[in-house]
Amino acid sequence: MTPDTLVDVRSLKKYYPVTGGVFRRRIADVKAVDGVDLALKRGECVGLVGESGCGKTTLGKAVLRLHKATDGRIYFGQDPALVEKVEVMLAAADPAERSRGRALARTMDLNRLSGRALLALRQKIQVVFQDPTNSLDPRMLVRDIVAEPLTAQHLVKPQDVESRVLELLAIVGLTPDHLLRYPHEFSGGQRQRIAIARALATSPEFILMDEPTSALDVSVQAQILNLLKRLQAEFHLTYLFVTHHLLVVKYISHRIAVMYLGKIVETGPTSEIFERPLHPYTRALLSAIPVPDPLTRREKIILSGDVPNPIDPPAGCRFHPRCPHAREICRTAEPPLAPVDAGGRTVACHRWREI
Amino acid sequence: MKGRTMETSTDRRLSAAHPRLKELLFTLRRFLKNPLSVIGLSLVVIFGIIALLAPVLAPPKYPDPFRIPHTGFRIEPSPPSAAHPLGTMQQQYDMLYGLIWGTRSAFRIGVFVVAANLLIGIILGVLAGYFGGAWDEIIMRITDIFFAIPYLVMAMALVVAIGRGLKAVTIVLIITGWPSYTRVLRSDILVTRGRDFIQAARASGASHLRIMINHILPNAMYSVLILASLNIGTTILTAAALSFLGLGSETGTADWGQIISLCRNWIVGAPGNRFAYWYVVFIPGFVISLFVLGWNLMGDAVRDIFDPRMRRR
Amino acid sequence: MRPAGAGALAETRDLVTNFYTFEGVVHALNGVSVVIRRGETYGLVGESGCGKSVTVRSLMRIVQAPGRIDSGAILLFLNDSDQGAGIEILERTETYMQSIRGSDISMIFQEPGAALNPVLSVRDQVGESFRLHRMEQMIDETLAGLEESRRGMRSGSPRRLVRALQGALLRAESRGFKRFAAAVSRIDAELAQLESRDGAAARIRREALNYARDRARPRGGASAVARRIPLLRRYRRPLDATIRRHVVELLRSLGIPNPANVAERYPHELSGGMQQRIVIAMALACHPTLLVADEPTSNLDVTIQAQIVELIKDLKRSTISSVLFITHDLGLVAEVCDRVTVMYAGDVSETAAVAELFARPLHPYTQGLLASVPKVDQREELSMIPGAVPNLIRPPEGCRFHPRCPRRMEVCSREKPPAVEHLPDHWVACHLYPPAVRKAAGGPT
Repeated sequence: MTPDTLVDVRSLKKYYPVTGGVFRRRIADVKAVDGVDLALKRGECVGLVGESGCGKTTLGKAVLRLHKATDGRIYFGQDPALVEKVEVMLAAADPAERSRGRALARTMDLNRLSGRALLALRQKIQVVFQDPTNSLDPRMLVRDIVAEPLTAQHLVKPQDVESRVLELLAIVGLTPDHLLRYPHEFSGGQRQRIAIARALATSPEFILMDEPTSALDVSVQAQILNLLKRLQAEFHLTYLFVTHHLLVVKYISHRIAVMYLGKIVETGPTSEIFERPLHPYTRALLSAIPVPDPLTRREKIILSGDVPNPIDPPAGCRFHPRCPHAREICRTAEPPLAPVDAGGRTVACHRWREI
Repeated sequence: MKGRTMETSTDRRLSAAHPRLKELLFTLRRFLKNPLSVIGLSLVVIFGIIALLAPVLAPPKYPDPFRIPHTGFRIEPSPPSAAHPLGTMQQQYDMLYGLIWGTRSAFRIGVFVVAANLLIGIILGVLAGYFGGAWDEIIMRITDIFFAIPYLVMAMALVVAIGRGLKAVTIVLIITGWPSYTRVLRSDILVTRGRDFIQAARASGASHLRIMINHILPNAMYSVLILASLNIGTTILTAAALSFLGLGSETGTADWGQIISLCRNWIVGAPGNRFAYWYVVFIPGFVISLFVLGWNLMGDAVRDIFDPRMRRR
Repeated sequence: MRPAGAGALAETRDLVTNFYTFEGVVHALNGVSVVIRRGETYGLVGESGCGKSVTVRSLMRIVQAPGRIDSGAILLFLNDSDQGAGIEILERTETYMQSIRGSDISMIFQEPGAALNPVLSVRDQVGESFRLHRMEQMIDETLAGLEESRRGMRSGSPRRLVRALQGALLRAESRGFKRFAAAVSRIDAELAQLESRDGAAARIRREALNYARDRARPRGGASAVARRIPLLRRYRRPLDATIRRHVVELLRSLGIPNPANVAERYPHELSGGMQQRIVIAMALACHPTLLVADEPTSNLDVTIQAQIVELIKDLKRSTISSVLFITHDLGLVAEVCDRVTVMYAGDVSETAAVAELFARPLHPYTQGLLASVPKVDQREELSMIPGAVPNLIRPPEGCRFHPRCPRRMEVCSREKPPAVEHLPDHWVACHLYPPAVRKAAGGPT
């Protein structure tokens, strides 16, 4: 835990109930996120990588408090020393100590906040979604869309809204004559710019990027990536960049967290992960990237089979049924996410040293 | 080629206007481009004028203008003449007067019933669709019950229970009409609720009320509005059917269903002259058909315009 | 028009396809000329709305409702007999196209879930391809099997009699197929002869032959009656077993684990990657000459994409002659294709061998596209192409790329640049590369 941590996610779980029968009883859980620890430093971009259904979007939405996590804590902008103290109390053996810890956590944990305290935090946390066609209300003017976060919480005097919106549009590279138009009059890239302008409206500290370039054309994707990079440096923003596109993550992120089936299997600085992936899943993922260069022919690791069902994940290491290096221990014991070196690399694999 | 240049010049003129106005004009242009919608609109407008000018076109004779004047009590209808331009019905009620004031009744029933249905449907639909859970379960089971009983049978039973008369018919149509609106709106809200812009609004700290009014209703309303515009015609037909069955207004009220009910004994004339009383059946039937046709054409046009697949992107 | 040469398998010439929508005419293809050579994996790459999908849909004549192929030619060189002029498929009937689709050319789509029928089991869906295009072979194999099992039985036993009856009915069906195939090939031969001839008589004869070909159906005599009678219908059971055996074999050859089990499943029980394999199995059932893959992996995860891509590459080596691979992912192109065409807004920008194109991109659009994709060793800022893909209802005049082009010249907004072979077998359509020596005017190959 470093002093400049902005977002600190502790053992977060999000289960979706599966109901069945006449009375819709809960018969099972989809374990979309199953115990995730993740810390983001102020001003850094962490790429959250994984395949569909691995829980990366669910994790992002929990941090946004678009839904309430089943269990775990999300600390946003809290004093790291205090967070550490609370965590220690929560893990204590003494029940009185634990309940004191819970009482303290209730005032700090984003997952348990409500009402005004939550509204105040909402200003600092924003989101850019994948498909701007879907994330912009088709019946609203650009002015009203971008102003929404400001007017919803009455952050700006009504007469100042328009000038602030114009300022935001200029930041993302749109012009004042775009102000009174509907989203359908724009191209995909411009729509994503509008969505970015909306996310910047409340001067947030943290923006969740939920696959912001996946729905865009290749030539436009570069424009948006460069814009996001520039904004991050300019406004000292913290990004959680959720994507399945590894080269995009490589371009934009400082650190990477790889998710598989509701768990983080590896984290570390981007360049190190790309140079020396430790977890077998990360290796397969990286080797599977199609590289736009016909002359480099790399050895590919083709994984067999599909991602298992998150209702009933495999025992032990969740990756073992597809892992080419699985041994007996992988089938029985779940590997913890353990630090590899002092550089902040962690990996959840029993055998990373050997393979 | 010429058409396109003309259109671009209008576009250019429009682009100076406020975008909401532009949108409205665009919609209007689409509406007026379709000949059927223009016919529908003109029919409705003509009937509207008739209803408005009823006191001028047919000056009332009694304090209650909805009572049709009648000259004598002869059972047999008489054909059109100078005194009665469209003839008379059974008991010598004046057909023209009845039809003109009947237009007012038709508008009152059609527009009022549909507006009330829409209001109830929207309130319950929003409760069910946006808040879900127990609200959804209760409201949807009630609509299921309504859908399980044949519409006309239920309407008849309720009218009998409440008591005859135009007012009773109106109330019954309101009671029985809302479930389809609720259902349609609920499903549209469910679709809209899952879209990213709602999530974005929540992430911006918008309240439930704000999300509902600013985002959900404007995007989910269209199917219900289309349903309403198509339903005005149906509502009037149902009201007429109830009147025809003798459950509606009292004899001699200016109401189209009542008029047809008065004429039902004269549909077929005496042997040898089967079409002797053609006017008592044909004229009111034609008027009702035109009215319903007008609303239906307009409803179709509204649907075509608002249909998301037809809208420009 | 340049002759396509011996290597061509399919060719489009100045193809213009428009979509007549409510908003106006979408000029989706603006004179597209491409050549797919025998034995290669050919890539069509470009951004959304560049016309890559419309090109293949035109090629297979499955352009949908508001769309229409307005001019141009599409030539197929499926076997040696038509190697000369090729078959101009725009002049053939829909029935002819149906006989080609799924047998000579088959297609796999981006969304495997949408390409599979949810109420049919995998066995029925894959078997459908066998039934449609390889029925004769299936019957013959079944007959051989029946004969075998009959020999082991006592003469006069009831089961042997049943076998005999089954055999007779299947033989009748088989004869029907043979007669039908003979008739169709006779008609096709005559049509091919008439192809080059002009004049009213030839035209009328051609129409008559096309009509006859459309009407031709395999007639099975007694079997046609038996097929409609509930108990007798069972004579086909051995045939079903044969088809099932082929389906399972095909699935196994695609590396599907436990194929006998998978064959009995329904599409919704399978994952996306498995569904795409089933679609590929359907496409491969008839050993197509050309496999058209329209973004086959865009909706799949990276690791599954790698599996599918590997499968297609393997198949290319072992069974299919040529692959037409459509994608927006330059990385996939680099990995899969031999030759590639870059398209932009309905125009062909550049065509070359993959290594050549990535090493020496000539067209400014290709250059911009390659530079805007993040590389593995990306250090500096990504370069980008300004602006966005144009609306094809009112596309830019001249070269459609000129409003976004960093090297546009005055001529670019006026004239559509012709395709020029600037380097050997490297065609580019850009005014930066004027036709130095005017060779025979023609499209890129």
